[in-house]
Amino acid sequence: MTELENDVLGIIAEKGRVERDRLALDARLADLEIASLDVIEIVFALEERFGIEIPFNANDARKEFDTVGDVLRAVESVVAKPAA
Amino acid sequence: MGHRRVVVTGLGVVSPIGSGVADYADSIFAGRCGIGPLSLVPTQGLSVRIAGEVRGFDPAAHFDARRLGLLDRGSQFALVAARQAVEASGLGFDGPLGLRTATILGTGVGGITTLDEGFHRLYREGVQRLHPFTIPRLMVSAPTAQVSMEFGLTGPAFTASSACASAAHAIGLAFQMVRGGLADAAVTGGTEASLTFGALKGWEAMRIVSPDGCRPFCETRNGMVLGEGAAVLVLETLDSARVRGADILGEVAGFGMSADAKDITAPDAEGAARAMRAALADAGLEPEEVGYVNAHGTGTTANDATEARAIHAVFGDHARRLLVSSTKSMVGHALGAAGALEAAATLLALRRQVVPPTAGVERPDPACALDVVPRDAREARVEAALSNSFAFGGLNAALAFRRV
Repeated sequence: MTELENDVLGIIAEKGRVERDRLALDARLADLEIASLDVIEIVFALEERFGIEIPFNANDARKEFDTVGDVLRAVESVVAKPAA
Repeated sequence: MGHRRVVVTGLGVVSPIGSGVADYADSIFAGRCGIGPLSLVPTQGLSVRIAGEVRGFDPAAHFDARRLGLLDRGSQFALVAARQAVEASGLGFDGPLGLRTATILGTGVGGITTLDEGFHRLYREGVQRLHPFTIPRLMVSAPTAQVSMEFGLTGPAFTASSACASAAHAIGLAFQMVRGGLADAAVTGGTEASLTFGALKGWEAMRIVSPDGCRPFCETRNGMVLGEGAAVLVLETLDSARVRGADILGEVAGFGMSADAKDITAPDAEGAARAMRAALADAGLEPEEVGYVNAHGTGTTANDATEARAIHAVFGDHARRLLVSSTKSMVGHALGAAGALEAAATLLALRRQVVPPTAGVERPDPACALDVVPRDAREARVEAALSNSFAFGGLNAALAFRRV
């Protein structure tokens, strides 16, 4: 597990109030009972932690997160980009 | 005292699609959209780039410098709309009527322009003191107080604050007071001016604002757009309006309220349906008698789907014949003023027998299964109409209006 992955899962566990070992990459946020407000808090915490902007709109299915892996990939893709 | 019938004899509007009832009516029936690039605040560092702004509003054209120093933008809007409404009503409040007139306005946020500017100077620029009028400008009750002072209205006066339902709660309570004989007239409605950098950053963080437009009930909708403005109604009894020979815009027929008691942001169809049913029962209306519903219709995925479910639950088969449209498609979401701007649109629809459209709809969402009057206004026989306001926190209000 990379350090980034470790940090992201830590934040999801903390803000989503879910035990860390339930956070499989294909686990659905809804099944983990992570509510939409929790997701917004998770995105906020990730942006603060990594100093990034995550394109996320709760009204746009293309920019919504379904699984734990979706959140991780969103962070990875932004972190990988050189700062604009 | 038995129930008295309550009518609207004055209307005033300050909005992103025109100030004054004539301009506002022209715009809503033309489906004109007042949403455009944000100009009130610098957009650098903001992902929210569009809003329904009241453009070209010149405070100095309405208030002298001494008065203006005491008025937040929200109070300015309220006063300008109230002056229009009172003038249109033809009522004078100098005599005993002033004692028997209530002032009840809705405001969701309050004087955040004053707060934002003051705190910017304090925290960022390092000034040592704030302007002495900071508090009287920013308090959420200031617009109500200013309107009561403007006309010498010395009856019951307070601000109703329930986020996006504030103005509907205000109008509903004013209606109940006049109907029940606690007041003989009321100046009521709502005002909001909260397009500040700080407030917009708050909305940005909620991730529900659309980057490109407000398209309620549209398949491609992707969020709400913020707005601002004010609308004010003058209420009095049907009897007094007839005796005066006043021009009657319509009757406030009923009012329903409910709380979801579930979630601080997610809407609930049951709570919304309870408010609509309560308004119909209060008005003595059967669902089939309602021809038009001015929807809360914010353009978020959650609100519009939930509101559509609630409308189907309340109206049954009749829901497919109902016309449903959202004024927010043209003015954005003016929060504490929204219910008043929408009550104004509903009254104008009853009066003209034309239903304003939901502007900007590309493809009506089949999942909502409603006739949302896309793009173009439509002539229709409408005897009664509902105006819905469903606020964050599940505080719901529905007003029923009837043609007179």
